[in-house]
Amino acid sequence: MTTTTITKKSFREVYRSLHIPPVYYFLIVVFLTSGILDQLYSDGQILSNPLIGMNILVRSVALGIVAIGQTLVIIGGSIDLSVAYLISITSVMSSYVMQGKPENVFKAIVVVFAIGAVVGLVNGLIVTKLRVNPFIATLGTSLILKGIINGTFSNYTGSVPRSFEFFGYERVGSIPVSVIILFLIVIGGWFVLSKTKFGAHLYGVGGNDEVARLSGLRTDRVVIGAHIICSLTAVLTGLFIVSRLRAGAPWVGPDGVYDLESIATVVIGGTLLSGGKGGVWGTLAGVIIFGILDTAFNQLGVNPYLTIVIRGAIVILAVASYTYRSKLQVA
Amino acid sequence: MIEEQIEGLREENTEEVPLLEVRNITKRFPGVQALFDVSLKFMPGVVHAVVGENGAGKSTLMKIMAGAYVPDSGDILLEGKKVSFSHPKQAHEQGVSIIYQEFNLLPDRTVAQNIFLGREPSKFGVIDANALHKMALVVLKEVGMEDIIKPTAMCHTLSVAEQQIVEIAKAISFNSKVLIMDEPAAALSSTEVQILDDLIVKLKARGMAIIFISHRLNEVFDIADVITVLKDGVLVGTVDKKAATTHKIVHMMVGRELDHYFPPLGNADDFGPVVLSVKGGNNPFLTDINLELRRGEVVGVAGLQGSGRTELAEALFGVTPFKSGSVTLMGKPELVRAPSQAIKKQMGFVTEDRKSEGIWPRQPIRDNMLMTVRAIQFMFGVIMKDGIRKSRSLVPSLGKQVDVRTDSYDREVQFLSGGNQQKVVLSKWLASDAKIFIFDEPTRGIDVEAKASIHDMIRDLTKKGIAVLMISSELPEIIGMSDRILVMRDGRIVGELPAKSSENDIMLMATGHIPGDGSDHQVPAGVN
Repeated sequence: MTTTTITKKSFREVYRSLHIPPVYYFLIVVFLTSGILDQLYSDGQILSNPLIGMNILVRSVALGIVAIGQTLVIIGGSIDLSVAYLISITSVMSSYVMQGKPENVFKAIVVVFAIGAVVGLVNGLIVTKLRVNPFIATLGTSLILKGIINGTFSNYTGSVPRSFEFFGYERVGSIPVSVIILFLIVIGGWFVLSKTKFGAHLYGVGGNDEVARLSGLRTDRVVIGAHIICSLTAVLTGLFIVSRLRAGAPWVGPDGVYDLESIATVVIGGTLLSGGKGGVWGTLAGVIIFGILDTAFNQLGVNPYLTIVIRGAIVILAVASYTYRSKLQVA
Repeated sequence: MIEEQIEGLREENTEEVPLLEVRNITKRFPGVQALFDVSLKFMPGVVHAVVGENGAGKSTLMKIMAGAYVPDSGDILLEGKKVSFSHPKQAHEQGVSIIYQEFNLLPDRTVAQNIFLGREPSKFGVIDANALHKMALVVLKEVGMEDIIKPTAMCHTLSVAEQQIVEIAKAISFNSKVLIMDEPAAALSSTEVQILDDLIVKLKARGMAIIFISHRLNEVFDIADVITVLKDGVLVGTVDKKAATTHKIVHMMVGRELDHYFPPLGNADDFGPVVLSVKGGNNPFLTDINLELRRGEVVGVAGLQGSGRTELAEALFGVTPFKSGSVTLMGKPELVRAPSQAIKKQMGFVTEDRKSEGIWPRQPIRDNMLMTVRAIQFMFGVIMKDGIRKSRSLVPSLGKQVDVRTDSYDREVQFLSGGNQQKVVLSKWLASDAKIFIFDEPTRGIDVEAKASIHDMIRDLTKKGIAVLMISSELPEIIGMSDRILVMRDGRIVGELPAKSSENDIMLMATGHIPGDGSDHQVPAGVN
């Protein structure tokens, strides 16, 4: 907030037109604080070594991809708690189908995306047609997925062929493929939300369901679409994780807390939990903030459980600051 | 005389086909006959105002025309052809748009996005932002607002009037022929009303039929060409503006018999000392409030919707406290900053919206009755200690006092009738030993028999030395119950009328057609 003492008018106009989500100030604060602490108490890699920066981004890929899908669902006034177990299913199923053989990669990808589409469709149908509160609906599907996967697999299953590891480890020049994919997903999410009819309708449905209906929107389809997209991003996250781990395991989703953390980063990014307002750039910042915290605590060798505490505090702080700002707007 | 004008109007319009016509519309809600056999014609290029008291059926009629309600019987004709709308969208598509009091815009989307929501120009699903912008500009030009409202502005940054204009622009973009507005000026300042009026003149010139509901007769006379009066769901008449006077319209709105028995008024000699007085009370909704309330009297507060009646009650009870001015309770200067303080100072507030503010519908009668007693006791002490023992005797005695008809006090309040629910609300304040009662619409939505018993109960309270401030939009209730009548307009108490004043006098003062200054009890003779 202190960095905005801008005097030149034209610059201010350009700045305003960019609509930078306020969470980016927070991102800068978190980055600098971590960097300074690192400088003082550790080897100062965060500020001096650009590789660390890249490392932070790689750490952010798994959460980032699924958080973009979560952003869409939340803007549409829904929520998806089933992503964590969908990630697990993806990792296990893909490596199970691949069995280390390159010729099975395509088949595996088709299978897991099909599973994802079905899960998303089911979530969307339960929310829109059965009118079950989305929190409960997706908690229910999440439990169902959990039961299925824990009943079927209990340990590392199958393996990923070398050729598939490019997703997790390959680089184009000095930039990891996974980071490029994350940015493509972010840009894709931004494009869908701000440039397409589907995006406009999603904001409409999330902002006020009744207004959207009276304007002639088929609101159910919009919500179902968002759920399918969200599930597909969860599948993509699952594929990224399995390519890093080289084999699927049923615990990767819940261990990463992708359900609650994706929701947390969306909210930190400034998207309204009740829907109708927000965007993917804010979510990206939220994800990177989490990535910085992980890296910094790693560097400083602090008890990892403390990062969880800090994460919680950041979620509360961010949301409280948005509420405070919106109150100022009203007054 | 009124009938003659209606005849005249009919003859004038015989050649023209009305844009919208309703014939013999009847609509019943459980316990209420909302509309009975109403027939009206709405001509192109005519601004048609529909006026009437609360509960006259105005909103129901509007909603039927806009497809939000389906009538029990009767026909709707659009340009002479019979139509039936089962959903507002159908009405919309056929050229009938409605603008409700609460806005239907997405606050965090732009003007252009709002106007064309669901109809965005696009190729392969990708919105053509330029075309969208241009289309919005065209529509805004049509309403003459292209310089003031930018298509790219976020709707939450617009003023209330601008938002209303965006809604009108949206309606026009559907090529609406009929525009229905529910209290269009209710939330507007006077300059904003002017903007709206100018726009209505423009739309009229385009040959649209404009229908609006209003409580404000000034506004009606400013912009309407034709005025229809509804009363208790029945069409009283339609008059041409040129031939109408405020007195006549008011007379048409209120002329009726008192339809039920009220308990006898209090005797001025029995009124005790002043228990509540306010001097120069101000807050964002209220200006210069001065009032006194004595033991044993019922003071009625009348006024149109939005005149500040409920806000007055909320200020007294500390919901939205006065920001300046002084409040004296039981002879001592007090600051009531929150409802909990008001309750401790022995005030009780029976709210207008029983469902959301007065009861816990899913809790038993017992807990509802003890709600306020428990609220002001020590948080952890209540139910564990005296609460239970006290409630054993307290609840039945309260139940007897207010005459709740129930087989068990453990029944959930949601299963009681409206009248019995209101009795439960009353009993929770009796339980807290309140000495000052504020009633906001005490008998709204309850049947006649329960009404009478609640009126009796209010009068009984005063006999126990309780002071009552009663807000009501039903003038018969105000007149039948009040020992004095305060009339509010625009957040002020504009005058005080004696008991048994006529409905005409109250309405004229509430609409600003006879001035009152709070001290002067002299009013011009009514126009009966």
